[in-house]
Formats: sequence, C-alpha cells, structure tokens
Amino acid sequence: MAGALHPVITLRGITGLAIALVVVMPVLLGLAQSVMAGFGHMPMVGAWGPDLDAWRALLGQPGLARAAALSLWTGLAATVISLIVAFGAVAALGGRAAGLRRAMAPLLAAPHAALAIGLAFVIAPSGWIARGLAAALGWDRPPDLATVGDPWGVALILGLTVKEVPFLIVILLAATTQIPLRQQMAAGRALGYGRTAVWLWVLAPQLWPLIRLPVMIVLAFSVSVVDMALILGPSNPPTLSVMVARLFTDPDLRAMLPASAGALAQLALTGLAMGMLWAGARLAGRIGRGCLRGGTRLRDCDAVLAVPVVALAGLLVLAALSLAVLAAWSVTFSWRWPDLWPDRMSLAPWTGRTEWLEAARTALWIALASTGIGVLLAIGWLEGCDRAGRRVLDGWMRGAIALPLVLPQLTVLIGLSGLLLRTDMAPMLAVIWGHVLFVLPYVLIALAGPWAALDPRLDRAAAALGAGRWRRLLQVKLPVLLAPLSLAAALGFAVSIAQYLPTLFLGGGRIMTLTTEAVALSSGSDRRVAAVHATLQAGLPWGVYLAALILPALIHRNRAALRGEVG
Amino acid sequence: MNPILTAAALLLSVTPALSQTWQDVLDEAQGQTVYFHAWGGDQRTNDFIASVGDEVLERHGVTLQHVRLADTADAVARVLAERAAGRDEGGSVDLIWLNGPNFLAMKDQDLLHGPFVADLPNAQWLDLSEGSANSVDFTVPVEGLESPWRLAKFVFNYDGARIDAPPADMAGWTVWAAAHPGRITHPDPSNFMGATFLKQALIELVPDGTDLSGPPTDDSFATATAPLWDWYDALRPHLWREGQSFPENQSIQQQLLNDGEIDVTMSFDPASAAAAIADGLMPDTVRVHVPAAGSIGNVSFVAIPFNAAHQAGAKVVADALLDPATQARMQNIEVLGSFSVLDPARLDADGQAAFAALPTAPALPALADLGPVLPEPHPDWMTRLTAEWQARYTR
Repeated sequence: MAGALHPVITLRGITGLAIALVVVMPVLLGLAQSVMAGFGHMPMVGAWGPDLDAWRALLGQPGLARAAALSLWTGLAATVISLIVAFGAVAALGGRAAGLRRAMAPLLAAPHAALAIGLAFVIAPSGWIARGLAAALGWDRPPDLATVGDPWGVALILGLTVKEVPFLIVILLAATTQIPLRQQMAAGRALGYGRTAVWLWVLAPQLWPLIRLPVMIVLAFSVSVVDMALILGPSNPPTLSVMVARLFTDPDLRAMLPASAGALAQLALTGLAMGMLWAGARLAGRIGRGCLRGGTRLRDCDAVLAVPVVALAGLLVLAALSLAVLAAWSVTFSWRWPDLWPDRMSLAPWTGRTEWLEAARTALWIALASTGIGVLLAIGWLEGCDRAGRRVLDGWMRGAIALPLVLPQLTVLIGLSGLLLRTDMAPMLAVIWGHVLFVLPYVLIALAGPWAALDPRLDRAAAALGAGRWRRLLQVKLPVLLAPLSLAAALGFAVSIAQYLPTLFLGGGRIMTLTTEAVALSSGSDRRVAAVHATLQAGLPWGVYLAALILPALIHRNRAALRGEVG
Repeated sequence: MNPILTAAALLLSVTPALSQTWQDVLDEAQGQTVYFHAWGGDQRTNDFIASVGDEVLERHGVTLQHVRLADTADAVARVLAERAAGRDEGGSVDLIWLNGPNFLAMKDQDLLHGPFVADLPNAQWLDLSEGSANSVDFTVPVEGLESPWRLAKFVFNYDGARIDAPPADMAGWTVWAAAHPGRITHPDPSNFMGATFLKQALIELVPDGTDLSGPPTDDSFATATAPLWDWYDALRPHLWREGQSFPENQSIQQQLLNDGEIDVTMSFDPASAAAAIADGLMPDTVRVHVPAAGSIGNVSFVAIPFNAAHQAGAKVVADALLDPATQARMQNIEVLGSFSVLDPARLDADGQAAFAALPTAPALPALADLGPVLPEPHPDWMTRLTAEWQARYTR
C-alpha cells in the first residue's frame, strides 16, 4: 500500500496533482458546461435539454454566417501572413535576426489591446498616416474610407500580424538552434541551390514540426480574439467571437444557451482553421518535394527574401508608431484633424484623474499573484521531475499545458462563468485563478528549456558535498537559473497584464484592470484617458521585462558563465 | 389636485415616521460599500460619480464603487443570473443607472427593490405628480422603483465652422445627406443613441393618428414603420461609410467629429457640446440644434435590485444624487453640464441661488431654446425597431 502511494506523495506527484486541479480540471469542466448548455441543458435558467433550441437561437442571429466566415478568414490570414513574414525574415536575416529580439521586446511585451488602440489611430482615415498625407496632398477632409473596422477585417488582420510576427520570429529563432542549420545550408549551397531553395525545401520541413504547436496557438488565439476584434474588427456584423461575447452579456439570462452554442461553434471553427492550416502545410510540403525532385534550384531568387524583410520593417514601424501615439495622446489636451501634433498638451489625463492608479494597482496585484503561483507550480513540477528522474515536458503534462492555449478562451470561459454563477467565489480570486490558467503554461514552457539545460554536474557536486535536495534547489539551482527564472516571470507577468476575457467574464465586471479599462475606454470619446491606460498597459510589462534582464545581470556581474541570456 | 398641497399633506402625515426611518437607513448605510453599476463611457460622468462618492463617504461613511459598464444590460444580466442561481440576498449589484427597456425588463421580472423614492428626503424637490417626466419612464409608470437623477433630451451637435444649421425636420436629412455624402452617421441602433435617432424619425414620420404609447402588434408596427424604412433606405447610401458600418455609440461619433470625419453628432444631453468643448474634446465652433417639432426627452434613473447587498447605502447614494447643491453642480457646464431633474418651483432659496449662479457658454442652449419634449414611445417600439433594423441591414 505504502509502495503504491509513494509515487503520488512526491514533489512531482503533488505539483502534478495541483496543476491537474487548478488548470486541467477547470478547463475540462468549462468545456463540459459549454457542451451541456449548448445542447440545451442548463437547469439554472430552466433549460432541461438535451435539445437544439440553443443552436436555433444562435442560427437566428443576424449575420451569423458572415461573422463565422470573418473569424475564420481573419484568423487564418493573420496566422499565415505572420508565419510567412517571420519565416522569410529569419531566412533573410539569418543570425542577424537574433539582434532584433531586443528591439522587439517592447512589442512582445505589449498587450494586444494596447497595440490595437494605438494602431487604430495610426491607420484611421483621419489618423496619423492620413494626417501626414493630408498636408502633402491638400486634403480638406479625411477620405471616407473604412481603414479601421473595414468589412473584410483587413485592419484586424494587420493588428494581429503586427503582434504575432515578433512572437513567431522568437519561436523560429529558438527552433533554428535545434537543427544543423549552418551545415545544411553549406551543403545545399555547395550543390548549387539558392538560399531560398535551401530554406524552403530543406530547412522549413524540419522546422515545421518544431514550431507547429506555437503556430496552432497563434491560430487559435487569432480566430477567437475578442479585445482586438472589438477595437479593429468590423462591426456589422462583427467576428463570431465578438458576437458570442455579446450574447454572453445579454440581459436575458437565457441568452447563455445560444452563447454556449456559440462557444462550441467557436471551438469547431478553431478546429476547422487548424485542420485547414495543417492541410495547407501538407500541400506546401508536397509541392516543395515536387519542386525538389524537379531539380529547381532557385539560384537567382534570393532577392525575393527582401520582401519579408521589407514587410517586417513596415510592421515594426507601424508598431513603433502605435506605441508612440499612445504616449502622445496620454499627454494631450486637444488634438484635431488635420494636425500632426496635439495643438495643446497637458498632463491632466494623468494628474487630473486617478482611476488609472486603481486599475494599475489591481492589474499589478493580479499579475503578481498569478505569476507567483505560476512560477511556484512550474518550479515544483520541474524540480519534481528532476528528483523522479523524468523528462519535464512529456506525457500528460505536454497536453495539459497546451490545453488552455489551443482551446479558444471564449469556449472555456463561457462554460466556467456558467459554473461560477452557482458558487460564491470572490471575483478577485476567480480572476487570479483564471489568469493562472494562461500564465502557468507560458511560464512552464519558458522555464523547461533552461531547466533541462542546467549542467547536472552542479547538482551532483552539491550533493557530493552533502547538501540535501531542498538546499541544492534553493542555494544552487535557483540562483544559477536566476536569469531564465526572471525572464519566465516577466513573461507570465506580461501574459497576465494582457488578459481581457478572463478578467471580464470571471470577475463579473467587478474587477477592473488596465486591460478591461483600456478596452472599455476605447469605445468612449476620450482617447486621452484610454491612452493613459494603454500606455501603462504596454509600459508595465516592458519595464518588468527590462528589470528581468538587468537584475540578474547586476547580481551576476562577476559571474561570466551566468550572464548569458538563456531561454 | 394641487401638487404642492399633495406634497404638504404627504409631508405632514409621514414626516415623524419618515425622519426616523431615514435615520435608520443612514445608520445601516454607515460603512457600507455600494457597487454602482453605471455606463462608464463618459469621463465627465465618471468624474461626477466619483465626486458624489467623495460626498457620501464624508457625510455618511458610504463608499461608492463605480462599476463601469459598456452596456447597462450587463448589470441586468447579472441580477437575473443571481436570481436564477437562487441568490436572493447579498447580490453584487447595489445600484443601477438605467431607464427604458432595461427598467421595463427589471420591473416586469420583479427584480427591483422598492418603492423607495418617496422615502428619500431630497425627493421633496421633485415633481413626482402623475404624468410628470419623473414618474413615467418610456411610458412605463415608475411607481417609486427608480429615482431620477438627470434629464436627457435628444439634440444634434454640428460643427458651425463646416456646415450651416442642419435640417429642421427628420425628413429633410435625406436631401441634406445627398448634398453632403459621407458627412453624417448615427450610432449603431443596438446602442440607445442610435435607437433614439430612429425613434425621433419614427415619431416625425408615422402616419397621422398612430399611437406609440402602447406596445405594438405585428400589424401596427408594420404600418407605423413603413414610411420610416422608405426614408431610411433613401438616407442610408449617403451616410458615412455608405451606411455599411456605424460608430458603436455617441462617444465614438463625437470622436469622429473631432477627427473631421463627420459634421454632425447626436446627444441625449443638450449641454454635452459645451462640456466637450470645455474639455478639449470638440472644436469650439460646435453648436446645438433641435428639430423644429421638438425632440425626444427622458429622465435617467437609478434603481436598486431586489437582492442588493447594500440597499441602505444605495438609498443614501440615490438621495445624495438629488441634493440641490449636487444637482446644481451636475448642471454646471464646468463639471458635467447635465440638466437637473429638480423642479425649480419647489426649490428653497439656497437651491435656487445655486442654480442661478451657474456659468454659461456659447454652445450651451437655454432651456427655452430646446423646444417641446416629445414623449418616448413604449419600450417595445425601441426593441422592435432595433431588431427590425438589424434584420434589414445586417448581412
């Protein structure tokens, strides 16, 4: 009996159980609740299905088909374009792309909502770019063109692309270190193939399995995004995700039923998008092999690689403008068409009103709490795996941490909120817990690599010197891993600050963070106040990221081997 | 019956009991935190609510927490959800800013606490007689279940630097828009401001003799709205973005005017233009325009859900909103600039002086310039108009 229990009462068993209870179970319960309510069983609102009424009500929503098509189209287009630009840029820039990482850090850390608010003003028909053109072209009035909220969702695709390209570049750079890139490129070139050909036919098929999961996560996110779609997406009809989120907040509680059906439709749509991307990748592979067999060497095509580099440069300029305009609006008194700069500046948006302080404090607490829980669980699991002599991210844990990321947030959260209505859980607690669902996977993924790469001789040397397990963890491993730990915590912090739906749905509108405030204010008349929140929303994670870079470097300033940027 | 006599009789008959009850309410409210669910899209309104919060904290020890809603329906949904979950006390919503369809929905489903309005000490300054603006909400009798706090009246704001005064009636908009393509729009009708634009047009365009004060039937709705849809079909192609997309609410519409994308905005607050100018949010050339036949008006209310955890505190806040000094501050163009719901004739000398001392502004219309108040149609008209518009114009 004791022997059977023993595997459970280990650090690995305990943290594994905790992760299963805190992350996996709620996600599955939320999913189950969405399925039940979607098929008409929700006793709380007097629905005792199973029946298809919820689906009928959902199908009765005006513009549903177009909304679904829009979600699929914007999500797929943004993911495919981001992938092509990121892949092309890494191929063209090679080792030099690594230098981009520092420059892209503010962008990586900036939440979608903040970027969207800035971008909306940059590309609006009366926005920054148009104002620049107006002076040159003598426009009296802004063009009556839908450049934001256009019916085809181009602005939304652009916004998603600006945000996802840097993420995919980082993922790709990490993947390129796992294959013998240099040697294969040299061999390919020696056989007379152009750089483009080697990248497309030799390297890409090896990289794809390494980046498939992150790409699918980007796709799932893009197909079901709500905050960015609210700000940049079309409105009549909106994307399916926005439509479903609105159903969820309908005054008639029975609208929970079609909202749940919509959550399932969102899940199906995400599955369809993943299937299409997977099939597309297979098709591309087949075409690539065909070309390879045909002997096409693309020797003079290397100039093509300039296209993704130019695209990347364009996206980075847009991102820089978006973040700069947030800062500018946050110190504006009045700023009208066609002025390029505010005609009166003022610190009043910061000093005159202090609601942002409250929102920032709440966001900070939630981020610190959820990151703290995430880092503790991650360390527990990784150390537990070390002690059990098991690999860190295999088996069920691989699926467990992918689960909250590949399922649409909307699907899980609508179900979870339905369940929470029955309990008395404090909204703050529910929100922190909701954030942990999404913070933990990122922290664990970010920490797993450096943890596994830790030189085992350090641990053994310490053990040989008589240090116990906990002492080795606290005095050897964690100090050595300070740099990757700080970066993982900074990532968790940024993920938490950016969360919109978990805060809104699980907090029941009672918990106001920088993100929920920024999104709510973006539909108000006062761009200045929205800009204050968005500036902080983008600035805080960046500040924490900088601190995560600088502090370990300071502490380890005389430890050359520990200063390297890991992870 | 003479309203003053009624009020006097009321006061005489209940004053001793009333004052004691109110003291009980104050005692109970001490130390409570009131979750006030109110639309949070307007910064000046948010600031005003915060200032009322400071007042009730200082005077009565009540902490006011403004839960900012993008849509009032969110709060209604929350109360409904709580009742469905069997949470009949300790509810999370203490006070809601609402009116019209949301009030009707809550009243119909018995989701409201009260009647409580007559018990508020500051209700003495209100005209609560039958048929007064404070006693009917979109034709639905209030019956003391919600307490008024600000007056709303539909007006157009236009940029006088770009265009002359807009058409005097709604029918004239089709001609105007054809001559100025892409320069006007209205908020999406799922938003109350967009729906009000349609209702204003409906009232002006309905066939003579149509009664809008009761709920419509399928037939009466079709007959009454036929001229409206003809008018709208003629107008829509000339709207901003060719009528293919609409600003989400009037705040975004105001932003569009400031950005030079359109020339006309709509507001339910005649003072909003002057307020926005003072706050740097609109050009100082903006002026207010009211349709010649008058425009829709209504009153904003606050109501207490049946299961509110802090009902006493909520009453203290509702009462504080009616304090003559607070109402005068609300009407002050430098603060909020919303017209007061108090009856000037009932105010005492202090109250009248507070209103007389208010500053004026070029874009601020006098009460007399606002024209007659057209009553809101029964809420079902709005619900149906919105649904019909969506069915017709959402692909």
